[in-house]
Amino acid sequence: MDQPQNPAASALRRVAIDPVSRVEGHGRITLLLDEAGHVHEARFHIVEFRGFEKFIQGRPYGDVPFIVQRLCGICPVSHQLAAAKAVDQLIGVERLTPTALKLRRLLHFGQVLQSHALHFFHLASPDLLFGFGSDAARRNIVGVLERHPELGMKGVRLRKYGQRIIEAIAGKRVHGTATVPGGMNKVLDTQQRDALLADVADAIAWCQEAVALNEEIHRSHGEHRDFGTVHSHFLSLIGDDGALELYHGGLRARSATGELILDGVDYRRYGELLSEEVRPWSYMKFPFLQSVGRDNGWYRVGPLSRVNNCDVIPTPLAEAARKRFRDYGDGGLVHDTLAYHWARMIEALHCAESIELLLHDSEITGGELVVAEGERRREGIGVIEAPRGTLFHHYRVDDEGLIEKANLIVSTTSNNQAMNASVRAVAERYLDGQTLTEGLLNHLEVAIRAYDPCLSCATHALGRMPLQVELVDAAGRLVDCLSKGSGGDFARGG
Amino acid sequence: MKSKLRVATTSLAGCFGCHMSFLDVDERLTDLLEHIEFDRSPFTDIKHCAPCDIGLIEGGLCNADNVHVLREFRENCRILIAVGACAINGGVPAMRNHFSLRECLQESYVDGMGIVNPQIPNDPELPLLLSKVHPVHEVVHVDYYLPGCPPPADAFAEVLNDLIEGREPKLPRSLLHYD
Ligand code: SF4
Repeated sequence: MDQPQNPAASALRRVAIDPVSRVEGHGRITLLLDEAGHVHEARFHIVEFRGFEKFIQGRPYGDVPFIVQRLCGICPVSHQLAAAKAVDQLIGVERLTPTALKLRRLLHFGQVLQSHALHFFHLASPDLLFGFGSDAARRNIVGVLERHPELGMKGVRLRKYGQRIIEAIAGKRVHGTATVPGGMNKVLDTQQRDALLADVADAIAWCQEAVALNEEIHRSHGEHRDFGTVHSHFLSLIGDDGALELYHGGLRARSATGELILDGVDYRRYGELLSEEVRPWSYMKFPFLQSVGRDNGWYRVGPLSRVNNCDVIPTPLAEAARKRFRDYGDGGLVHDTLAYHWARMIEALHCAESIELLLHDSEITGGELVVAEGERRREGIGVIEAPRGTLFHHYRVDDEGLIEKANLIVSTTSNNQAMNASVRAVAERYLDGQTLTEGLLNHLEVAIRAYDPCLSCATHALGRMPLQVELVDAAGRLVDCLSKGSGGDFARGG
Repeated sequence: MKSKLRVATTSLAGCFGCHMSFLDVDERLTDLLEHIEFDRSPFTDIKHCAPCDIGLIEGGLCNADNVHVLREFRENCRILIAVGACAINGGVPAMRNHFSLRECLQESYVDGMGIVNPQIPNDPELPLLLSKVHPVHEVVHVDYYLPGCPPPADAFAEVLNDLIEGREPKLPRSLLHYD
């Protein structure tokens, strides 16, 4: 037998961080290290499961947008809209009224803006402002509000502004209702429009500051360039003219070196383009581009992908910021994982500028909201660029209009392989042969946070994701275990 | 100065929307922070509860880890509040209770569309799933229920302010939502 007989002589240590904090949802990181302390395996697990694809079966299609949004309280609007786009197809509506389309776009810009603000200011900024290994007790939004009160408060207000847009259109900030099959349910009244317009200049200014801050941080910290960096393909929706697009467009994928793999492809063909692999250790699947294959076809989605993928951003301030971002890439794509933060703020700026344009559009307060039903169809596929990346909703109904089959690929799932690769890269660079410390553990979380994973969404299949680091020997025995204790201290055991 | 109330929060089988609604107190967060401080919460890097005054539980119970975390909260929190429809009655995740767990897993990982390598994940790292999703009061004693999906931000502010002032929390009708 070539099974190792002496575990001590062939020890693989298991290290786990559980739960990963300052992310939306729950996750766990485990590492396996060999005797020499080299990283053998690094895994990021999604440990919950919801079973959405099953329990939605038998429900009337009209309910779907309002059930499915409750998978995620951070980007509920994106889920509602992706499902609504699929529902439009089910009732044979090809084109919304101009007002309904603009309202949906405005709603979604509000969604992306609030989510991006939340992620940077409330969750990620403590790492970037105080350092990855800084005092755990202050490494949070409260610490930011204490030490950088002006900046922290701008973050609170920027998120609030995005939430106010959502509230004005959907009735409430979290889990409101805005869509109906073939359109929207409510006119935006002019008073609300004016109130939002009154504050939009502030929102744009705060976004500009956030872009500048992130650019400064990324450029001035040499070590950020390689931190958890992986070279990947990029997937996103794209507008007709190659412009950044968050609501509707064709699929574009680029290889790591920038060549187009797909461009302008109707997203209803996603089933021919993408497959998802199941691995036994995570409830989150591993999607890949079929044309590239299972081993190398994984890709990234989200702000980094979108800002790399597009040829232009159709609002001037964000476009200027995009050019600086791409110049930093020196002719190539920007693969730096931590540049996700910078790209995210460029998008936030684009959202704020787009909100201003839409609020000034006379059609936004129009009264034509719904289009009559066309010929009913059995299948509907809605795709949108959610804050964290391309989001696919696919529904098939029976003759009664009850859901027969559903499939979701949520944004965070598409980043599964990349997050795993980034954790591994950080582990190899910073953990190899080291004594584990709390600050070190946080480095792994910093890599994950860059992707802004939404583990609430990702658990639509099951449900949550904690973080804890453990070392296991080659025979699978727990040798060492490090987890964070109350008060941010860490405990070793095992 | 009066010492601050220590507040722990967690999301079990929930969507994070209740936490988002809490943050929707917006600028009032800084006023609250004069009187409260966070212990374990998705907003901090504290991974386990220390003794606290208030525990806010979002979401119901769908796996063994959820039960474990809930017990940790009950042991450590003087006042435990079930926040939102999911914690109170299971909410949307409990829709899976109409099916067997196996059917749900089978659909997601074996019979679903576009799946390669179909199999039901079974690694020891994954906490055991409960066969049904349960509300939190079935496992621990709950002191207060804050209804809504999610409860409005004003409801969070009212309840916390009442507790800060040492009063029994009492919400006006306008803040009781069952959506
Ligand atoms: S009650 Fe509503 S908002 Fe709260 S966790 Fe459940 S679905 Fe989300």
